Amino acid sequence: MDLDLTEEQEMLRTMARDFLTKECPKTLVRELEEDEKGYSPELWRKMAELGWMGLVLPEEHGGMDMGFMDLIILLQEMGRNIVPGPFFCSVVLGSLPILSAGTEEQKKRFLPEIASGEMILTMALYEPNARYDASGVETKAVAQDNNFVINGTKLFVENAHIADYMICVTRTQEGASPEEGISLFLVDSKSPGIKCQVIPTMADDKLCEVVLENVSVPKENMLGELDKGWRIVTRALEHAIMAKCAEMVGGSEAVLDMTLDYVKERVQYGKPIGSFQVIQHYCANMWTNVATSRNLLYKVAWDLGEGLPVAKEIAMAKGWINQAYKFVTERAIQCHGAIGLTRDHDVGLYYRRAKAAELAFGDTDFQKELVAQQMGL
Amino acid sequence: MDFGFTEQEEAGRQEIREFLRQELGTVRTWTTPGEAISKDFTRKLAEKGWLGVGWPTEYGGLGRPYTEQLIYSEETMYYGAPSGSHILAQNMVGPTLIRVGSEEQKREYLPRILRGEITFCLGYTEPNAGSDLANCQTTAVPEGDDFIINGQKMFTSFAGQADYAWMTVRTDPNAPKKHRGISMFIVDMKTPGITVRPLETMWDYSLYEVFFENVRVPKNAVVGELNQGWHYLTVALDHERVFMGGVVAQHRRFFGELVEYAKNTYRNGKPLSKDPIVRQRLAQLATDLEIGRLFAYRVAWILGKEVIPFAEASMTKIFTSELEQRLANTAMQILGLYGPLGRGSRAPFDGYAGWEYKFSLMQAVGGGSNEIERILIAIAGLGLPRP
Ligand SMILES: Cc1cc2nc3c(=O)[nH]c(=O)nc-3n(C[C@H](O)[C@H](O)[C@H](O)COP(=O)(O)OP(=O)(O)OC[C@H]3O[C@@H](n4cnc5c(N)ncnc54)[C@H](O)[C@@H]3O)c2cc1C
Repeated sequence: MDLDLTEEQEMLRTMARDFLTKECPKTLVRELEEDEKGYSPELWRKMAELGWMGLVLPEEHGGMDMGFMDLIILLQEMGRNIVPGPFFCSVVLGSLPILSAGTEEQKKRFLPEIASGEMILTMALYEPNARYDASGVETKAVAQDNNFVINGTKLFVENAHIADYMICVTRTQEGASPEEGISLFLVDSKSPGIKCQVIPTMADDKLCEVVLENVSVPKENMLGELDKGWRIVTRALEHAIMAKCAEMVGGSEAVLDMTLDYVKERVQYGKPIGSFQVIQHYCANMWTNVATSRNLLYKVAWDLGEGLPVAKEIAMAKGWINQAYKFVTERAIQCHGAIGLTRDHDVGLYYRRAKAAELAFGDTDFQKELVAQQMGL
Repeated sequence: MDFGFTEQEEAGRQEIREFLRQELGTVRTWTTPGEAISKDFTRKLAEKGWLGVGWPTEYGGLGRPYTEQLIYSEETMYYGAPSGSHILAQNMVGPTLIRVGSEEQKREYLPRILRGEITFCLGYTEPNAGSDLANCQTTAVPEGDDFIINGQKMFTSFAGQADYAWMTVRTDPNAPKKHRGISMFIVDMKTPGITVRPLETMWDYSLYEVFFENVRVPKNAVVGELNQGWHYLTVALDHERVFMGGVVAQHRRFFGELVEYAKNTYRNGKPLSKDPIVRQRLAQLATDLEIGRLFAYRVAWILGKEVIPFAEASMTKIFTSELEQRLANTAMQILGLYGPLGRGSRAPFDGYAGWEYKFSLMQAVGGGSNEIERILIAIAGLGLPRP
């Protein structure tokens, strides 16, 4: 057993932290909340130059051939800085499924461009029924000559408004179970018949509604096998959930640090408020939440990287980290008092994102149900 | 003992309910009580005499018990009536003036409050005086027949609209104990030397910073006696907490809508209301709302006996603020992926749940943080030693 980061991982972390502190200050985060695109092309380009978009992709596809754990460490730093933009959807939701399920052709076509940051991907999975599971997929794709024709509405699609392609999850057949009959397509987001609209959200994270009306996609853009796409989604979600957890842990670390600084410095009744027992207990509980979350994150991400069975562990991790991040941000605001409630204070940026992250890919109730199922209950 | 409402009380409730329905319609709007400001609406309430339901008749009130006044505020809260123009004057400034103000001040302010003509903001908090209000550093120094005020207030609700500030100032810098050197002033916000700057909150409403630079006010700006401000502050704050406890009614309405939503929204092939977790949460909230409401009546009852319910007011404030956070959380949970969607999208309740999720943080901080309230309950209510 070795629970430490490798030297390279430590370096990656330090480099990422220094870079993001400098290049992604909170002023930029706020600016981009209001911005229509929601990301900074300049920051995007610099991140691409550092090789981040291709961190885990093989060298032959323009990547750096690093492991999933390295990506987790990078995402933790991105979560710490709440970096706005399409990194998560392009790299985690876009490139990983292509890497694991794409044809050689598709890998050649998409991965180098994703790695270089020239192409942005996203995944169109959820729909207005707001279900997390396979039965939520109602958007239909029907074969027609050499194409498939897609009809339906996707909701909560991250950054679809700036994505070049989206992996669209569709139903191609009514199977015996909801998981059967699902197929994935790489859809050019400029295809005729696509209407995309950004939805105002609490985290200003540029979720979109995407309406697909008779959108024609060439057969060769199918990702994986016909009707067997849910397996790819499941695998993509496993990675996405751990990636989201990494962002959340990073965010909770930042909030804890911010709070500790504040309670040491803010004086009331002639003493730093951090000397009051109730504030000490809050901080102790916050730290415990952060420390346990981080440990669980690393363990399950490691399992996943090693190819071990993880269904139960991932559900546990997301369920736990959901609550931890929410708890930490909420207590942090309470420790700050009124100043923490102002729009100009950073802690609120995290509070809003914590809730959005909690509901992404399944809230705690949903995850606990999965744990129960995995326990054979 | 009688927990029932009298015929008169029931009739009063029906009357104001009918009035509110006509004025505001049956669709709940986004404005939360206390935040929305409408002088017009305040005047209409005033014309009916409803701003002074619990005030003594000698000061122009209806002389009804506080419990009856609570009925009126419950209804206005429930309907989300715009109350920003009167809540502070009606619930804090007025009742405190009645207890401690000079005859001249009572004559000057009380009738105009009851007519809905004047509005107040509360200037207690400063950069270095948050929980520790006795650390007030805004000074008022006598000069001839006047006082000259210098300093800064912070997080002042309604300062941008108010006609007067009801505020603490330091009048005796040499007092042996800090809270003995504080006075309460009523200051006309149009006095030269006052600047107001908005301070935006996470939920898109403004609080304000108020700066005082050589602001000259007459001697009669002093409420009651000089250097007795701390006592008046505790009375006013107590009234504020009683009021904050009364907001339960506002949550009852959103809760009702949430229950309807759960009944009518299908997920995983069945109504959300059949999901055991959702049922547990809603049942818990129903219980909480009932407890919160009943306790608000208890506090009003105590207040009616001319006893200041220090500990109980804190309890009701803590309970309600935490209930509001649970309500917001449950709403987000029930809405799932729709929860974080904002206004003008496909979000249920036009994004109110997500907004409430941010707003609900406020009651646990404003009006005395819940930590300080708990300390007050322990000391004032239970007689435990000071830390
Ligand atoms: C929406 C809103 C509206 C407001 N409106 C007004 C208004 O109209 N007028 C006005 O004057 N003020 C107003 N306030 C300010 C409010 O009264 C203060 O925020 C509150 O008193 C807490 O002070 P603070 O924010 O400076 O926090 P601090 O006092 O700095 O407290 C920070 C944290 O430390 C804790 N703490 C402090 N002292 C102790 C202690 N001794 N023991 C244990 N814990 C402690 C607090 O509980 C809190 O968790 C408003 C605030 C809000 C949020």
